[in-house]
Amino acid sequence: MSVDKAIEVLKSNIDASAASYLDACVHCGQCAQACHFYENTGDVRYTPAYKMDLMRRVYKRHKAPLSGIKRAIGLVPDELTMDDLKEWEDLLYDSCTLCGRCTIVCPMGIDIAGMVRKSREGLVAAGVVPEDLISAAKRAIEFGSPLKITPDVLRKVCAKQEEEIGIPIPIDQEGADYLVILSAMEVLQFYEVIGAIAKIFRQAGVSWTISTDGYEATNIGIQMGDKDIARTLVGRIVGAAEKLKVKYVISPECGHAYSALKWEGPNLMGRAYDFEIIHMLELLDQLQAEGRIKLKGKDDRRLTFHDPCQIVRRGGVVEEPRRLMNMVSSNFVEMDNHGTANICCGGGGGVSSNSRAETLRLKAFASKKKQLDAVQPDALVTACANCRNVLEEAIDDYEMDMPVLGLTELVAEYLDETR
Amino acid sequence: MTFLEIVEGPLWTLASSVFLIGAAWRIFGIIRLGRKKDISIPRASALLGAIKGQFLHFVPHGGFSFRTRYHLIAGYMFHLGLFGLLIYAAPHVLFLKENVVGFEWVALPRWGFILTAEIAFTGLILLWIRRISDPVMIQLSDADDHIGSWLTFLTMLTGCMALQESHDSLRAVHMLFVDIWLIYMPFSRLMHSVTFMFSRGYTGAFFGRRGVVP
Ligand code: SF4
Ligand code: SF4
Repeated sequence: MSVDKAIEVLKSNIDASAASYLDACVHCGQCAQACHFYENTGDVRYTPAYKMDLMRRVYKRHKAPLSGIKRAIGLVPDELTMDDLKEWEDLLYDSCTLCGRCTIVCPMGIDIAGMVRKSREGLVAAGVVPEDLISAAKRAIEFGSPLKITPDVLRKVCAKQEEEIGIPIPIDQEGADYLVILSAMEVLQFYEVIGAIAKIFRQAGVSWTISTDGYEATNIGIQMGDKDIARTLVGRIVGAAEKLKVKYVISPECGHAYSALKWEGPNLMGRAYDFEIIHMLELLDQLQAEGRIKLKGKDDRRLTFHDPCQIVRRGGVVEEPRRLMNMVSSNFVEMDNHGTANICCGGGGGVSSNSRAETLRLKAFASKKKQLDAVQPDALVTACANCRNVLEEAIDDYEMDMPVLGLTELVAEYLDETR
Repeated sequence: MTFLEIVEGPLWTLASSVFLIGAAWRIFGIIRLGRKKDISIPRASALLGAIKGQFLHFVPHGGFSFRTRYHLIAGYMFHLGLFGLLIYAAPHVLFLKENVVGFEWVALPRWGFILTAEIAFTGLILLWIRRISDPVMIQLSDADDHIGSWLTFLTMLTGCMALQESHDSLRAVHMLFVDIWLIYMPFSRLMHSVTFMFSRGYTGAFFGRRGVVP
C-alpha cells in the first residue's frame, strides 16, 4: 500500500537532527508569527510546527527512544492513514514555501522547512502530490525544463539576445571557465538577463558558455521532495559541466536552484563535483572587488532589495547583494527585517507552480506588502526570477505601482561601456 | 519506614535512577540515529555554527510581535525562577549537599526565595493560560504538555508549602512530586531541557556550513 511506502520514507528520513527537532518542540506556537501563511489567514493549521505532525506521529510511534514501552501500553499516536496524508498535502505543499523564517523565531531553533521537505518525500512515495507539480516534473524530464524550454528554444532566445546587444553568446564551448545555467522563468520572461550577463562578462574578460545539455537551473524534484527526479536534474548540469570541462558553474538568479546545486547536489549525486558552484551575485561582487567591472552613474530612484530566502537566509549570500545594490543605487533603502530575517514572496518551494495555491499565496503576500509599504520604494530589486514573477503578480493583484527589477540586469545597465 | 523516609529513600533512588538512565537513553536514542555525512563544500565551519546556534535562539529575531514578547517574558520568568529555586532554595542546597554533591553553597534568603517563587509561578501560570487560551497553542498541545505543566506546578507548589519545614508530611508530599516528576521526565517533552541543545546545534551547523548567522 502506498501509505506504507510513505511511512517507510518518513521513518527513514528521521535522522538524529529530525529526532532532536521532534523531541525539542515544546508546542509554544511562536513559529506561527513568523509564517506569512498563518499571519495573513489566522488559520491555526498553518502553524509551522503543525506542519511537522506527520513526522512527529511516525517518530513517536516507531522511532522515538522508549517508544517500544509506550507502544506496549497504547501511548503512541495512531498509524498514519491515506486520509492523514491527504489532509496534510495542502499544509505541506500549498502553505509552506520552505522559506525557513520560522526557524529564526523558534526558541529551539527547529528547522521546520527542512522537516517539511522530508515530509514531502513521504507524500511523494504515496503519490499524494499536487497535480501541477507532477506535470511540471514530467515536462522537466521530457523536455529539459518545466516550462518546456527545449535546447532549440534556448538557442533562439540566445540568438535574439545576441542580435539585440551585438555581443556573441557562446554555446557549448568546451574549455570555458564558467558555465551559465538559467532558470526557465529567466529564459521565458526575463531573457534580457542573458544579454546582461554577456555585457558584464565581456567587460570583465570572463570566459563562459551556455550548454544545450544542461541549461535548466530549476529543480522541480527538490521542490516536490522527489530525490530521484532531483538527482536526474542535477545530474544533467553536472554532466554538461564535466563534458565542457568548465571550472565553475554559475548558479543564476533563482533561489532553490542554488540550494539544489550547491548544497544538496553533491549529496544527491553521492560525490563531490569536479568544478565549483558560485552564485551569480558572488561572482559579480568578486569581479567588482577585483576591479574587472566598472560602473558609471547610479539609479537615483528609491530602491529596496527583496532577499530570496534560499539565496540569502538559507544560502549564505547575504552581503554581496547589498554591496552590489550600493554600487548601482544612490538611494538604496533596506526594509525592516531584511537579510536573513526577510519575509518570503509567498511563492517559493514550488508554491508558485501549484495553481490551486494561488489565492493563498496572494493572501500571504500581505506580509511582504507591509514590509514594502513601510519603506515606500519606487522600485523593488531582487535576485530570483521566481520571486520576481511572484512579486510582479502580487503587486499587480494588490494594485500597487512598483516595477520589479533583476539585480544582474541592473548591474549591466550601469556598466561603463566606454571601457 | 515513614512516608518521608520512603520518598526520600528508596523512591528517591528509584526516581533518580529512572531519570538518569531514561534521560541518557533518550539522548543516546537521538544520537544513535546518526546523520549522513554532508559532502557539499562548506562556506564556513559547521561546528562553529552549532556553537553559535546555542546562543542565537535565546532571543528570537525577525520582529517581535505580541506572541513573541509574551512567550519571551513568561518563558524567562518561569525558567530563571525555576532554576533559581532548584539551585538556591535553602532546603535544596542542603538536600543536594547530603544526597548528591557533598558540598554546599550560598542559599537564597527567605525573601529571595519568595520573590523567585513568585516570578517562577507567574511565568508558569502565564504560559499555561496561553496554552489553554491561544488557538495556536490549543491546536499544538497534547496531554503530555498539560501533564508536564501540572506536574511542575504541583512540585513547585508543594515545595513552597514545605518551605517552613513545619511538618514532615508537607516535605514528604513535595518529595513525592519530585520523585514523580523525575520518573515522568525522560518519557515526556520535559526532555526539551536537554534536547534543545541538539536541535539548536543541528540547525546551527546547517547555517554554519552556509556561512550564515540567521
Ligand atoms: S518555512 Fe516559511 S512558509 Fe514554511 S512554515 Fe516556516 S515560515 Fe511558514
Ligand atoms: S516555535 Fe519551535 S518549539 Fe515552538 S512550536 Fe514552533 S517549532 Fe515548536
